[in-house]
Amino acid sequence: MKFLEYKAKAIFAKYGIPIPRGVVAARPEEIHDPPLPCMVKAQVLVGGRGKAGGIKPANSSAEARSVASEILGMDIKGYTVKMVYLEERLDIEKELYLGFTIDRSAREPLLIASAMGGMEIETVPHDQLFMQHVPTLIGLQPYVLRSLTNKLGLADHVGDQVEDIARKAYELFRKEDAELVEINPLVVTKGGRVVAGDAKLVVDDNAEYRHLEYAKLDQDRTPLEEEAHEKGITFIQLDGDIGVIANGAGLTMATLDVLNLKGGKGGTFLDLGGTDDPDKVAQAFELLIKAKPSVILLNIFGGITKADTVALGVKKALEVMHADVPVVARIKGVNEDAAKQILRDIGMHPAETMEEAAELAVQVKKGAA
Amino acid sequence: MAVLLTKRSRVVVQGITGHQGQFHTRAMLDFGTKVVAGTSPGKAGTKVEGVPVFESVQQAVDKKRANASIIFVPAPYTKDAAIEAMEAGLKLVVIITERIPFHDTLEFIPYARTKGAVVIGPNCPGIITPGEAKLGIMPSHIFKAGDCGVISRSGTLTYEIVNAMTQAGFGQSTCVGIGGDPIIGTNTLEALELFQADRKTKRIVVVGEIGGTAEEEAAAYIKKNVTKPAVAYIAGRTAPPGKRMGHAGAIIQGNMGTAESKVKAFNDAGVPVADYPVDIAKLLAAT
Repeated sequence: MKFLEYKAKAIFAKYGIPIPRGVVAARPEEIHDPPLPCMVKAQVLVGGRGKAGGIKPANSSAEARSVASEILGMDIKGYTVKMVYLEERLDIEKELYLGFTIDRSAREPLLIASAMGGMEIETVPHDQLFMQHVPTLIGLQPYVLRSLTNKLGLADHVGDQVEDIARKAYELFRKEDAELVEINPLVVTKGGRVVAGDAKLVVDDNAEYRHLEYAKLDQDRTPLEEEAHEKGITFIQLDGDIGVIANGAGLTMATLDVLNLKGGKGGTFLDLGGTDDPDKVAQAFELLIKAKPSVILLNIFGGITKADTVALGVKKALEVMHADVPVVARIKGVNEDAAKQILRDIGMHPAETMEEAAELAVQVKKGAA
Repeated sequence: MAVLLTKRSRVVVQGITGHQGQFHTRAMLDFGTKVVAGTSPGKAGTKVEGVPVFESVQQAVDKKRANASIIFVPAPYTKDAAIEAMEAGLKLVVIITERIPFHDTLEFIPYARTKGAVVIGPNCPGIITPGEAKLGIMPSHIFKAGDCGVISRSGTLTYEIVNAMTQAGFGQSTCVGIGGDPIIGTNTLEALELFQADRKTKRIVVVGEIGGTAEEEAAAYIKKNVTKPAVAYIAGRTAPPGKRMGHAGAIIQGNMGTAESKVKAFNDAGVPVADYPVDIAKLLAAT
């Protein structure tokens, strides 16, 4: 789960991390009393909005409204700006970086800090980074924070604030089941205050059940992906035209790759999981049909999966949706022959192997086009 | 010899009374696994597929000398189940459950290390030593005893590849499904170490996918330490960046975790990478 800046900042504030004063608006008319002078910031779930013209200054309420009307509705890397955040403009002395992420290889949280904030952390030279693993069972120890402020060369009154913010950010990281907490820039003002200039927060989808209040947040999903999410179906829309559905994430990825090698391009990633319940198969297929593929490529490798009931689900979905999209299906599992017969009876194309199925899907598409 | 699991392993099934637990207890017994006990809160004293159910893992250890566990309990209770197994002294804990919050995994996996326990998974099909035992959910009939060690982050894709291997006459010493999560108990490199040390394993198959740097680290390890021939497959060559491809761990972040980087790392280590999953069998024939 990703958070827009203003939502992330509200959570930061809950943990006592200092944030600038700000108000949010969906329409220019809603802007009455912004903290002046202010920055008008596009609220989108992608980075790089500054460069894209999504962050601009304003010195009066009238100017704020006019700047907001420019930014609202803007397209930033495929995301439409639906909301702006008007935030107190900071007198910047220095920009730092502070973040917590998960190091997969070490299997521990990783604290990253740098005196070179305000730019993408990937572009900061390695010797300018402070990186320290935090053993989850031990927690963030004071010596780590002391070495952080040393490395960054911070004066005492600034260092104390940074240490405090790091402690609170780690608490947030753990309690909110975050994959990423990033403050970039962490601003040191001319007055010596340390404030979170930006806020990036990503919470683990698997922990949604512990944070039901976040379940309704807008995510970067297409309407069909949103529908799939609500139904508990793993579904991603891609930019090809062949609807790919398989069982298991690895096999679905491999099916897309094989299709590509055979000259086709996948338009969907749909992982059916371990089900052979015809109703669930039909539900997944209905979703797939809504994505308007030119051909559907179904690839099931099931040890104990019943191939015939999967085929019945396919048949049901095509009937319910009155769809005439061709289906190429490779279903390996119990009662394979019955499955093939069901598919042939409705004019569909059974295949023996995944390679053959991918090839056939490309041929059927060409024939249909 | 085989890796981690042999016919002497004495298994307790945590969450044995659930649909999955019950079904796979039967399948594991049929495969020859010594399933000696199950646990399920409030169901102690009953039996599932003839296997006695206990209140706790400790009782399964005390009464039935269980020394390995397989966990089927729902995600919110998995951390509890895993720690219970480790506290009872079990040294092998296989976690089938998917969708466990990372922050839970970040606690029980480091804890396992302090206890000297090996965790396989979470979000994995388990581990199987054909001819000896199965501690997992994979379809038994596609496996065949042999000398190829298989390491995989995926479930059904592994079955596809193993099936092709078996048909081409390449049996398996042990197949370890390490799991599709970003944080897993035994990673590709650690599974490689086990297979390199195992006398029965003559060849190694690595089935990787996009996301993280496990394959790159494994390739570097192979280059330096592995004397046995190895071949690989990488899923997700056409996956777009920034999208989680079904597995929580299968995501390209920035320029990290791409298939190109993994294929290149394997090639640099002299490990051929198959274009098609079934080509693994052909690559093995050439080793």
